[in-house]
Amino acid sequence: MEKATTILNLTEDEFVHSGNRACSGCGLSIVYRMGLKALGKNTILVVPPSCLTVLQGLYPVASTKLPCVNVTFASTGAAATGVRAAMRALKKANVNVVAWAGDGGTSDIGIQALSGACERGENIIYICYDNEAYMNTGVQRSGTTPQGVLTTTTPIKGKLQEKKDVPSIIAAHGIGYVATASAAYPLDLYDKVKKATTISGPRYIHVHTPCPPGWNFDPRYTIKVGKLAVKTGLFDLYEIENGVFKLTGASLHLLGKTRLPVSEYFATQGRFKSLDAESVAKVQKQVDAKWANY
Amino acid sequence: MVERKYCDMISRSKPGPGDGGNTGSWRVMRPIINLEACIPAKTGKKSCFNCWLYCPDCVVTKTIPPVINYEYCKGCGICAEECPAGAISMVAEATPITEDK
Amino acid sequence: MHIIESGNVAAATGVKLSRAQVIAAYPITPQTPLTEKLSEFVESGELAAEYIPVESEHSAMAVCIAASSAGARAFTATSANGLLYMVEQLHWAVGARLPVVMCVANRGIGAPWTVWNDQQDTISQRDVGWIQLYCNDHQQIIDSVIKAFKLAQTVSIPVMVCYDGYLLSHTYMPFEQPEQGKVDAFLPAFAPKHFLDPENPGNFNTVTLPDVRLDVDGNMAPGYIEIRHNLQEDLRAALLTYENIDREFEKEFGRGGNPFIEEYKCADAEFVAVCIGSLSYQLRDVVDMMREDQVKIGVMGVQIYRPFPDEAIIRALAGKRCVIVFEKALSYGNQGALYADIKSALYSSERKPRIHNYILGLGGREIKTQHLVDALAKSCASPDTFGDSPRWIGLKLQE
Repeated sequence: MEKATTILNLTEDEFVHSGNRACSGCGLSIVYRMGLKALGKNTILVVPPSCLTVLQGLYPVASTKLPCVNVTFASTGAAATGVRAAMRALKKANVNVVAWAGDGGTSDIGIQALSGACERGENIIYICYDNEAYMNTGVQRSGTTPQGVLTTTTPIKGKLQEKKDVPSIIAAHGIGYVATASAAYPLDLYDKVKKATTISGPRYIHVHTPCPPGWNFDPRYTIKVGKLAVKTGLFDLYEIENGVFKLTGASLHLLGKTRLPVSEYFATQGRFKSLDAESVAKVQKQVDAKWANY
Repeated sequence: MVERKYCDMISRSKPGPGDGGNTGSWRVMRPIINLEACIPAKTGKKSCFNCWLYCPDCVVTKTIPPVINYEYCKGCGICAEECPAGAISMVAEATPITEDK
Repeated sequence: MHIIESGNVAAATGVKLSRAQVIAAYPITPQTPLTEKLSEFVESGELAAEYIPVESEHSAMAVCIAASSAGARAFTATSANGLLYMVEQLHWAVGARLPVVMCVANRGIGAPWTVWNDQQDTISQRDVGWIQLYCNDHQQIIDSVIKAFKLAQTVSIPVMVCYDGYLLSHTYMPFEQPEQGKVDAFLPAFAPKHFLDPENPGNFNTVTLPDVRLDVDGNMAPGYIEIRHNLQEDLRAALLTYENIDREFEKEFGRGGNPFIEEYKCADAEFVAVCIGSLSYQLRDVVDMMREDQVKIGVMGVQIYRPFPDEAIIRALAGKRCVIVFEKALSYGNQGALYADIKSALYSSERKPRIHNYILGLGGREIKTQHLVDALAKSCASPDTFGDSPRWIGLKLQE
């Protein structure tokens, strides 16, 4: 295995400009910054509507130093396919073609095009930053919003349904590399994106991405909140390489240890405030059952 | 007949900083690094750099000592929260003036 | 080379001769034989292109948009509901100014399901900003595809090449296949000014503000409305460019000369039947029959619907006694779209003809020559008492 990247040897090259329109303490900003560091200069980005559309800048100023094509909401997987097809047709090798979408753009409106691209075995990297709701439009529930979360379209009872497990859906396509990562573990994220660039075929990375305004917490706690999601065993860091599942990083360290109670994570965010003790106990049971199988 | 110069306008943005303007003006609290506590500043060695790593806005340098670009720092406070030495404090940008009565 | 093939194969052959580099398509009747033929060309190595069997028409156009943004010549084809499934993408392709070429084998729209021919699919997309070319026979299909690629990349606007489903897509007719060398000379490689390039990074189709804004070099960049105004100006100018491209094509291949409208016995006509697509050739027979009865009538086929060739249409129709517009589509709740456009073009003319509107053939209803004769006879007999509402031909309503 490649040696894990450390803060000290992490590249100082930046591909995102300061002074962009991302919110203060934005989890996506961390994920994007790290992801682009790992991808490097020879990359073409494909981006559907999402907070990233705003972060990337308003015409005529771009906050990303890489070529990027903004595409329609449902078309990300297919558009990445098209960029790659052009690269083949024009005999341009060694370019990372990277789709970068939010959770709504991935798990809901974009899943058909993504599934098509995975089934066809397209040589693309797809990164989903999962902030667990439609944040750019003002915090509406998405397929990946966890149960019980207050959003602007689940304003009183919280979301009734459970979070859609997108990485498992993508893994079911039998693609070579599926990984999860978190904004709170940027070096782990960096290494996973870096590894993805060395593999061909469809690669999917699902990144848990805290959102201070959408999750209702003080922006200074973005990393703390993200780490708690992992340390409570709610969001797990793993890789599925050629069908083989393995926990990684902070989640791997949790194996055989006592995890923090999920209530501790819920308490950090206003979006969970409608959860009653019974619901919290139910989630704790689900998490315990999941970990019993690891 | 001379033909038109086609496609003279297209939404293609050029990279540059400050799309959101001087985002430092968003700040309510200002991060101040205490160089006596900051690990790389104190030791003079390349070390720690958590503030640089976790900064969402690329406004902290990976230098000894780390330097914050206040023109664009949005004042989120992640650097203060993640500094293992507690060397960064968030200070109010505007302190209310108490006027003499 | 003279060959006898279907309209779909004529289109596929045009695409092959144009050396499309990225092709993405999703099957829909009656377009399917076209994409089947293209995948065969690609698999056999006759055409060095990437063929992407996408999972929807929306994705087909997404592939074309992205491939074109990256600098490749892109093609897709569809019909009916497939076209409508990609409507958002049609707007995107033209707003991004990408020279995608798409064939549409015209078919009626559901619900209720119909697989048969009319033109509601493309006519309903007249306002998206694509250039729309319509073909009357197989020769025009293959020639139009080649011209469409040249036009699209010259003006940076996508082009639809439309032809009637079944009537043209599935019938076999002889046509001349242009030589590859001549097509290569006519159609230079696609070399866009801007494309997705790591050496010169740019962000395409960014959110654009209502007002103008300074760029990073201190130059004023347009707002959304300026960009859209520029598209409209380019579309209007594209008529002249297409005329020049058609002339160049005629010089090289000996065919063409009527890029906007195709007139038959119109010079001395008092009455002119107007339509889009293969119906115009059926109407030629009707015109011949009526000419035997001393009716001074001609027929005009509209070959480019957007941008609308209003000047050519005014030249052709001003001063006529009556213009009779036949349409296999309808702007529901109003009139035939072509009828309304022709009326509007002639509004400024001092020699306005009477104009009549007939709707026919929707969902593949057979268009009987006798129906056309009856309709035209009625219009020619009483041009002044028709009214502004369209009349429907061949309806079988219970009394």
